[in-house]
Amino acid sequence: MERSIRQMIKDKKEKQKTRLNFMEKLVPGLLLLCAILSVLTTLGIVFTLIVETFTFFNRVSIIEFFTNKDWYPFFEGDPDYGIWPLISGTLMITGIAMLVAIPFGLAAAIYLSEYATDRVRRFIKPILEVLAGIPTIVYGFFALTFVTPVLQNVIPSLPVFNALSPGIVVGIMIIPMVASLSEDAMSSVPNAIREGALGLGATRFEVAVKVVLPAALSGIIASFVLAISRAIGETMIVTVAGGATPKLTMDVTESIQTMTSYIVQVSLGDAGFGTTIYYSIYAVGMTLFLFTLIMNLIAQYISRRFREEY
Amino acid sequence: MKTIMDEKKVQKAPRKEVEQKKDGQPVYSIENFNLWYGKDQALTDISFDIPEHQVTAIIGPSGCGKSTFIKALNRMVEMVPIVKMSGDIKYRDNNIFDNKYKVEDLRTKVGMVFQKPNPFPKSIYENVVYGPKIHGIKNKKVLDEIVEKSLKGAALWEEVKDRLNENAYGLSGGQQQRLCIARCLAIEPDVILMDEPTSALDPISTLKVEELVQELKKEFSIIIVTHNMQQAARISDKTAFFLNGEVVEFSDTNKLFSNPSDKRTEDYITGRFG
Amino acid sequence: MQLIDQAKVKKNMQSRLTKNNILKGVFFGATLFALVVLVILLYRIFTQGIGYLDLQFFQNFASRFPEKAGIKAAFFGSLWVMAVIAPVSLIIGVGTAIYLEEYAKKNRFTTFIQLNISNLAGVPSIVFGLLGLTVFVRMLEMGRSVLAGGLTMSLLILPIIVVAAQEAIRSVPKELREASFAMGATKWQTIRRVVLPASIPGILTGGILALSRAIGETAPLLMIGALTFVAYLPENLLSGFTVMPIQIFNWTSRPQTEFHDVAAAGIIVLLVMLLIMNSIAVLIRNKFSKRL
Repeated sequence: MERSIRQMIKDKKEKQKTRLNFMEKLVPGLLLLCAILSVLTTLGIVFTLIVETFTFFNRVSIIEFFTNKDWYPFFEGDPDYGIWPLISGTLMITGIAMLVAIPFGLAAAIYLSEYATDRVRRFIKPILEVLAGIPTIVYGFFALTFVTPVLQNVIPSLPVFNALSPGIVVGIMIIPMVASLSEDAMSSVPNAIREGALGLGATRFEVAVKVVLPAALSGIIASFVLAISRAIGETMIVTVAGGATPKLTMDVTESIQTMTSYIVQVSLGDAGFGTTIYYSIYAVGMTLFLFTLIMNLIAQYISRRFREEY
Repeated sequence: MKTIMDEKKVQKAPRKEVEQKKDGQPVYSIENFNLWYGKDQALTDISFDIPEHQVTAIIGPSGCGKSTFIKALNRMVEMVPIVKMSGDIKYRDNNIFDNKYKVEDLRTKVGMVFQKPNPFPKSIYENVVYGPKIHGIKNKKVLDEIVEKSLKGAALWEEVKDRLNENAYGLSGGQQQRLCIARCLAIEPDVILMDEPTSALDPISTLKVEELVQELKKEFSIIIVTHNMQQAARISDKTAFFLNGEVVEFSDTNKLFSNPSDKRTEDYITGRFG
Repeated sequence: MQLIDQAKVKKNMQSRLTKNNILKGVFFGATLFALVVLVILLYRIFTQGIGYLDLQFFQNFASRFPEKAGIKAAFFGSLWVMAVIAPVSLIIGVGTAIYLEEYAKKNRFTTFIQLNISNLAGVPSIVFGLLGLTVFVRMLEMGRSVLAGGLTMSLLILPIIVVAAQEAIRSVPKELREASFAMGATKWQTIRRVVLPASIPGILTGGILALSRAIGETAPLLMIGALTFVAYLPENLLSGFTVMPIQIFNWTSRPQTEFHDVAAAGIIVLLVMLLIMNSIAVLIRNKFSKRL
C-alpha cells in the first residue's frame, strides 16, 4: 500500500464529515417522526370519534341515546336511537364467549404449564397459534354454516341468525389468547414454590389450584379482561352469524345486533355521507372504543398493580 | 492482493508514515481525574502519564476501577448514563472531553479490545473491514490488502485465509479474540486499549495473545487492564496499581514488582489480598 | 401424641391421587378441544370448497352464478393492498422501534409513546376502519381506493410490528454496539451496520406475522368501502378494489348454499396463503436463531 490506512482515513474524514454530521442530526428526527405517528393515530381516532359523535348528538339528543330502549335508525319518519339494544347484544355475545373461553382457556393453560411434557407442549402450542391466526371471517363462516346447524339439531326452534352460535365461536377464537396469556402468568411462578408444595406431598392438581393459581391470579385475570375487550370488539363473526335485529333481550337463541355489526351494516348500506345514520356509526364506534379502552386500562392496571415479585 | 507476501517482512516493516510526535511525549496524560457512578465515586484524583510505544498494564483487585478507567480513555464509559466526571484526560495534547474534539475521532485513533470476544455476526472478512468501511474506504482492492495485513498483524492469517467468507462465530474463542484485535488494527489506531483481553480465554490462546501484544507494541501504544499479575509482569513495560479507585503506584514494571515503594502494592503483589 | 393421623393421611391419599388423575384428564381434554375444533373447521371447509377450487376459480371475477364465480379480483386486490401495507408499516414500525430502543431517553414522553402503542394494539379493528373512512377516504380525498385501504391497515398492524421490532432490537447484545462505537462509528452507523442486520430476522418474522394478520382482516376494509362486487383488477393506487376476506364475506352472506361452497373455496385460498406466509416466518426464525 502506498499510503497508510491512517492517512487514507484522515483523507476520507473531511469528505465524510458533513454527510455523517448531517445523518446524525437528521435520522433521530425522522425516527421521532415515525414514533409520533403512532401518537397521531391515537389522536386521529379520538378526534374523529369525538367530532363526528358531536355532530350526531346535534341531531339526536344524548339523552335519547342513553334512555331510549329502542334502536331503529332505519324507520322512516321516526327513527329510534337508543344504544342499549346494541350494548346488550354486544354484552350477550361477550358473556357467551367468556363462558366458553375461560374454562377451556384456563384448563389448557393449567395443563400446559403444570402437566404437559415438553414434547406435548411443543405439539399443542403451535396448534393454538394456528387457531389464533385464523381470520375472523373464517370463524364467521364456520359459525353460520357449521355451528348453527349443529345447534339447530339440539334446539330445533333456533333461527339461522342467533346470539348463541357466534357467541360460542367468538369464545373458541379467544381460547388461544386466554390460554397463552394465562400460561405465561403461571409459568412465571418460580419452580421453587412448586417444589416446596410437591415436597410436602401435594399432588400436581393441588399444587396447580392451591399454589400456582393464587400466585398467578393477577396475570390470569388480566388475560380474562383482555379477552373480554377482544370479544367486545369482534366484528365479522357476529356480523355473519348474529343477525341484524337490535333488541333488548336475555334470550340467547334470538337474533340480535352488536355495536360492531351495526357499524358494518351501515357501511354496507346506502346511507350516504352526511345523513344521521352515517353519523350514528361514530357514536356507536365511540361507545365501543370507550368499552374496549376501559377494559384494556383495567387489564394494564391489574397486571401492573398486582405484579408478583419473586 | 499481492500474490505472496513474506509474513515477517510485513509485520516488521517500518512505519511508513510518522506522525509528528515529540520524543518522550506521552500518548495520554491524566490530571486530577475523578469519576462517579451516580453518587458513588469510582475513580479519585487519578494523575499519571502513559508513554507511547510501550505496554502499560493496569492491575488491581476487582472493583478497584481499572476497567472504568480504561473505558474513560476512549469515553466508552459514557455509555452508562449516570456517569459524572471531573478533571482532564489529554490524548496527544487534545482534551478528550473538549466539545470540539469529536468522540468518533478519538475512537478512530484509540482502538479497544474487550473482555469477551465480540466479533460481529458477519463473515471474518466483513468483521475486519468494518472499521475501514465506516471511515469511508470502499475500494475493494485496498480493503483486501487491509484484511490480509490486519489478520497477519493479529497472527490469524494462516488459520483463516481460506475461509474469509465464513461466519466469525465459527471461530474458537481465542481466534475470535484475535479477530477482534485484527478488526482493531484495520484502522491503524495509535493506541490500543485492552480490557482484560484474555480473561475469557484458555491458557494456550492467552499465550498467543500475550505474544501478539509484544509484537504489536512496536507499532502501537498499548494499555492493558489485567487481573493477572503474572501477565502484567510478563508483558508490560509500565504498571499502574489501582486500589479503591486510586492510583497507589505507577512505575516501571520491573521496579513495581521487585521493589514496590508502597506497602499496599507489596501486599497485593505478594498475594496478601485481592 | 401424634399430631398427624397417618392412617387418615393414607386413606385420603388414594382419593387425592384419583382426583389428580381425573382432573389431569379433564385439563388435557379441554386442551384437545382446541385441536378438535381446528380439525373440524379445516375438514368442513376443505370438503365444502374443494369442488369449486379449479383453475377457473382463479381466472374468473365475481358472478351472480356460483359456478362462474371466481376470486381473481379479490386475490389481486389483496396483493395490491399488501404492496401498500408492507413498506409503509415496516418503515414506520421499525423506525418507531429504533427510536424507542436506541434514541429515546427514559422520560415521560417515551413512556407515553410506549403506553400509547400498547393501547393502540387493543383498539378494535373496526374503529381503525372509522379512522380510515374519515381521514383517508374523506379528509385526504383518497376515495375508496387501494391506497386508503392499505394505509388504514398499516396503522392497524403498526403496534404489532413495533413491538416485534423492539424485541428484536433489544436482543442484539450490547457488546456488538460497544465494538462498533469503539471503532469510531457514529450512532447511526452502528445502528445501520450492526444493530439492524443483527435484528433483521426477528423484524422480518414479526413483520410477516403482522402482514398475515392484515391479509385476513375484513372489518376495516369494509368500513373504508372496499367493494363487494368487483369485475376488474386495480390499475393504480387510487383504483377501487376488493380483497379476499371481503369476497368471502360477500359469498357467505348470500342465501344460496352454493355460494357457501364458493366461500369455502375462497377460504382455502386464503388459508393456503396464510400458511405460506407463516412457513416463511418460521423458516426465517429457525435459520437465524442459531446465529446469535
